[in-house]
Amino acid sequence: MESIKIRVKDINLYYGNHHALKNISIDIYDKAVTALIGPSGCGKSTFLRCLNRMNDLIPNVKIDGEIQIAGNDLSKYDVILLRKKVGMVFQKPNPFPMSIYENIAYGPKIHGIKSKSKLDDIVEKSLREAALWDEVKDRLKANALGLSGGQQQRLCIARTTAVEPEVLLMDEPTSALDPASTIKIEDMMESLKKQYTVIIVTHNMQQAGRISDFTAFFLNGELIEYDKTEKIFYKPRDKRTEDYITGRFG
Amino acid sequence: MPRNHFDNELQELVKDMIKMSSVVEDALSYSIKALKKQDIELADKVIAQDDLVDKMELEIEDKCLRLIALQQPIAKDLRIIATALKIVTDLERIADHAVDIARITKRLSGEKYIKELIDIPRMAHIVTGMVKDSIDAYVRQDVDKAREVSMRDDEVDGLHSQIFRELLLLMMEDPRKINQSTYFLFISQSIERIADHVTNICEWIIYAVTGEHVDLNE
Repeated sequence: MESIKIRVKDINLYYGNHHALKNISIDIYDKAVTALIGPSGCGKSTFLRCLNRMNDLIPNVKIDGEIQIAGNDLSKYDVILLRKKVGMVFQKPNPFPMSIYENIAYGPKIHGIKSKSKLDDIVEKSLREAALWDEVKDRLKANALGLSGGQQQRLCIARTTAVEPEVLLMDEPTSALDPASTIKIEDMMESLKKQYTVIIVTHNMQQAGRISDFTAFFLNGELIEYDKTEKIFYKPRDKRTEDYITGRFG
Repeated sequence: MPRNHFDNELQELVKDMIKMSSVVEDALSYSIKALKKQDIELADKVIAQDDLVDKMELEIEDKCLRLIALQQPIAKDLRIIATALKIVTDLERIADHAVDIARITKRLSGEKYIKELIDIPRMAHIVTGMVKDSIDAYVRQDVDKAREVSMRDDEVDGLHSQIFRELLLLMMEDPRKINQSTYFLFISQSIERIADHVTNICEWIIYAVTGEHVDLNE
């Protein structure tokens, strides 16, 4: 039986007067991939950003409710430490304008690791986890911006795992990538979820079906249905979920 | 409405199922008519028509697999298509039973029947209705209708038992009647098996609509 990593209780979020998230309560399981699906503007990315308090950076945002990660109240967390524990990968790969090595080592250095051999180990381990090591091991000093889109995204994932997070948030991580790169990143999910709690926003129903264990369907700021992916995709309870996943709207 | 193309393809699939069911119902009706009237020409027509049923089965299977490959259906869409794949198998087997009945008619050609056929045509009439109504239930995704159709299987089973007892008596009374009685028993059994196939179809209809597997034999 999976254990619960993140407990979300009665989250309401407002952008000014716009009520973007309405009474969201959800328990997200550890060592599993949870997909957040829903039409554009439904609140899934907004919800994702609640989990590492990225919404704090947006002016005029008001959030009520409670989020706990591993039993700790998110609002009381040091936000820098939070973003180490809860890593994020974005739709558009965003490597730093530095070498491949420095991209990975940057985070651990910020968090106090100075030993070169330890950093070397971290860089190799992270790049191996991201299935990128064999492709870049002979050019770690090369500029990361010279990598292909798919490689850059895997680098971003490696950068996130280098600081030993507990949770990985991924906001449409493959939507800007070609099919071959997409498959490589999807293949990584099996190994990533053995160590981390992974939450992924995706517009791709087939992707959600392929890689996720649980799926949460959002619509107009509400959480309509949340269950094991096989259940959502095989026999959803709510007609709105069925209509969305079968492409009848959205 | 999004997915127009896919919905149109699903509609075409349903139309194909209706056409196949209609050919199968005809095969069954004609096989019994041929039996009653000892019409060898009609029996031959039923046997020849089986190739069409087999062709339709393959075409529908092909269509289903293409839909799965190209449209990636999930949830109810997938269940509807998967159910179509199962149903065409049952329809094809029903047509095979009609052919078996037609072949027996040919074997009994020239012989006077040992008794007037009453219960066998009655059984056949019930199952022909079951075939038609089961496909109707599939088209309309009508779970209640599917359940109701499957319940008629009890009446068919009852008639089969009755025919069995009657024929057994006939055979015991007069060994010269064993040959024909045995063939009539085969026919009764074939019709009883057709009803079982229709029950399978009804179970798949319920699965398509609700996602639940049920055993309608219980």
